[in-house]
Amino acid sequence: MANIAVDQERGEEIPISQLRRFYELMLLTRTFDSQAVNLQRQGRIGFYVPCEGEEAAEVGSALALRPSDWIFPDYRASGVMIARGMALDTILAQLMASSQDISKGRSMPSHYGSRALNTVIPSSPLCTQLPHAVGAALAAKIRGDDIATIAYFGDGGTSTNDFHSALNFAAVFKTPTVFFCRNNGYAISLPVTQQTATESLAIKASAYNIEGVRVDGNDVMAVYAATRMALEKARSGGGPTLIEAVTYRMGAHSTSDDPTRYRDSREVELMRSKDPIARFGDYLRERRVWTDEDESDARQSMHDQVKEAVARAEKFPHPDVRSLFDDVYAEQTWNLRAEADELAEEIGGY
Amino acid sequence: MQMTIVQAINSALRDEMERNQQVVILGEDVGKNGGVFRATEGLHSEFGPSRVMDTPLNESGVIGVSIGLALYGMRPVAEIEFLDFVYPAFDQIVSELSKMRYRSGGEYTAPVVVRAPYGGGIKGGPYHSQSAESFFAHVSGLKVVVPSNPYDAKGLLVSAMRDEDPVIFLEPKRLYRSFRAEVPDGEYTVPIGKAQVSRAGADVSIFTYGSLVPTVLEAASKAAEEGVDVEVVDLRTLVPLDVEAVLGSAKKTGRAVIVYEAPKIMGYGAEISALLAEEALDYLKAPVVRVGGFGIPFPYVHENLYMPTVPRILKAIHKVIEH
Repeated sequence: MANIAVDQERGEEIPISQLRRFYELMLLTRTFDSQAVNLQRQGRIGFYVPCEGEEAAEVGSALALRPSDWIFPDYRASGVMIARGMALDTILAQLMASSQDISKGRSMPSHYGSRALNTVIPSSPLCTQLPHAVGAALAAKIRGDDIATIAYFGDGGTSTNDFHSALNFAAVFKTPTVFFCRNNGYAISLPVTQQTATESLAIKASAYNIEGVRVDGNDVMAVYAATRMALEKARSGGGPTLIEAVTYRMGAHSTSDDPTRYRDSREVELMRSKDPIARFGDYLRERRVWTDEDESDARQSMHDQVKEAVARAEKFPHPDVRSLFDDVYAEQTWNLRAEADELAEEIGGY
Repeated sequence: MQMTIVQAINSALRDEMERNQQVVILGEDVGKNGGVFRATEGLHSEFGPSRVMDTPLNESGVIGVSIGLALYGMRPVAEIEFLDFVYPAFDQIVSELSKMRYRSGGEYTAPVVVRAPYGGGIKGGPYHSQSAESFFAHVSGLKVVVPSNPYDAKGLLVSAMRDEDPVIFLEPKRLYRSFRAEVPDGEYTVPIGKAQVSRAGADVSIFTYGSLVPTVLEAASKAAEEGVDVEVVDLRTLVPLDVEAVLGSAKKTGRAVIVYEAPKIMGYGAEISALLAEEALDYLKAPVVRVGGFGIPFPYVHENLYMPTVPRILKAIHKVIEH
């Protein structure tokens, strides 16, 4: 088990433009995230899963990927999507279940994906996507494609059946898969100390004889470095890696959750002082690649960017009702045709 | 040539693997061992370990990894050793496999074939005998296919491997080697979603599938001796149901019996019965009768009395005739 500490020196190896990009994407994620929570509070979207506090883990890991690599995210992945290059309009279309949504409004908000971005749309059960990431990696290995797959999940997910299934299969078949666990401290209300008796989550890798890496998940450069190393190892035939990015869920599990019921506010205050964005901002200022003026300009422009995207996204209606009956099968079955007709009659045609 | 069902399945897998490089097989003991029922016999040595993959003992992994293979464009055929052991993979099948196309808006699909031997008759007790088809038939997005003879087994399995949707392919294990029948040498398919009239008749329609087709045919012969002309409809596909075939036969004879091996109550027969009540009531001369397994876990002892018997089927025929 390797430990990757904050490597301040490594920053100098990364071009300044890249450092700024890390920061800007984290800031955009935070800006978007807080706006999305507001939208839910105002009743303009039905639900949202925030990722506040986990921006370094999400952005740093996603930026380490190549476009040809496949992502199997979970539902707490706004930062991954933004870093992957998913347009805010596309994300908002999903949150609003609009006619512009790639997945046609079929899933609850916060389930993003896109074939064009090699990002598979997640479901809500936890870690079911992990064996998929192994299967896709196995297919790529069989075909000789030079890609890796990455699966995202949380600390709670490490208790699921499919965490075990996936890590074991990946290890046995030596697939090019990176298992990226964001240990944000909580599975809804359950602290990670009650989730597992192991001293870390990364150590679980040793049971499968694969490499487990524990990384400071609030250090975007460390996350980037750890993920890139794991991906390079995967693509070169070295097999899977389990990465545990230690971070903190600053907000609620979802907009339906009230963490004050189970979490001490003093703990939250303490963890907010370790905010990954503030921390990286301080570092950039110290290195003189980011100024207070950059900060206020960026915040204003991102605020506007999100606001404008929301305004555009809200103009679209929901998908046509009849589309509910599409994509169950490649070809609609007789009963679905009949049900679509019945519904059409009920609401008086379209 | 003359083949058993298990040989026909083996032949379907071999032929399609030759035709389509994307077809891969995975499951427990499917490789060197050729499967516990020998359905994949010889394929490991013929196609190699990257196309016939022995997996760790974990059904959720088998199905989950198959979904990943399919997402990437391959055509996995997953074997579950006995349908009774599919439940660890139930989440993968219900939450993932069946809904991938729908919840992704058609962006992603997972055309996986899940093969599993089902049903009793091998003295397998509670965990090597179950008929769990109605669990899967209830899930939107899955197709459910149950062949009853070697010709259909091969033709339907080839169709399943070419289908754009996931197919649960249930193999009647007690018929695996119980008889041989002619299977053409060349390429052919049997369409998914089409029932077959195994025996034409005018007085009573019996709807059945899979392992009970031979038993029902035997009961129909006995009924013929009594002067009752029974039509036997082998559904072959449970989802999508061949609704025209079911309604057509029921409207013709006016009497319907449904025979299946799973526990009778809350089973697939209820769907057929409800369909007839909704769509063919005016044609029916008698209430629909179901013959199924008892509402008990599948027992080791007396299994031949658990599964629908010829006398029990004959009794149902008499019931609808004498109404």
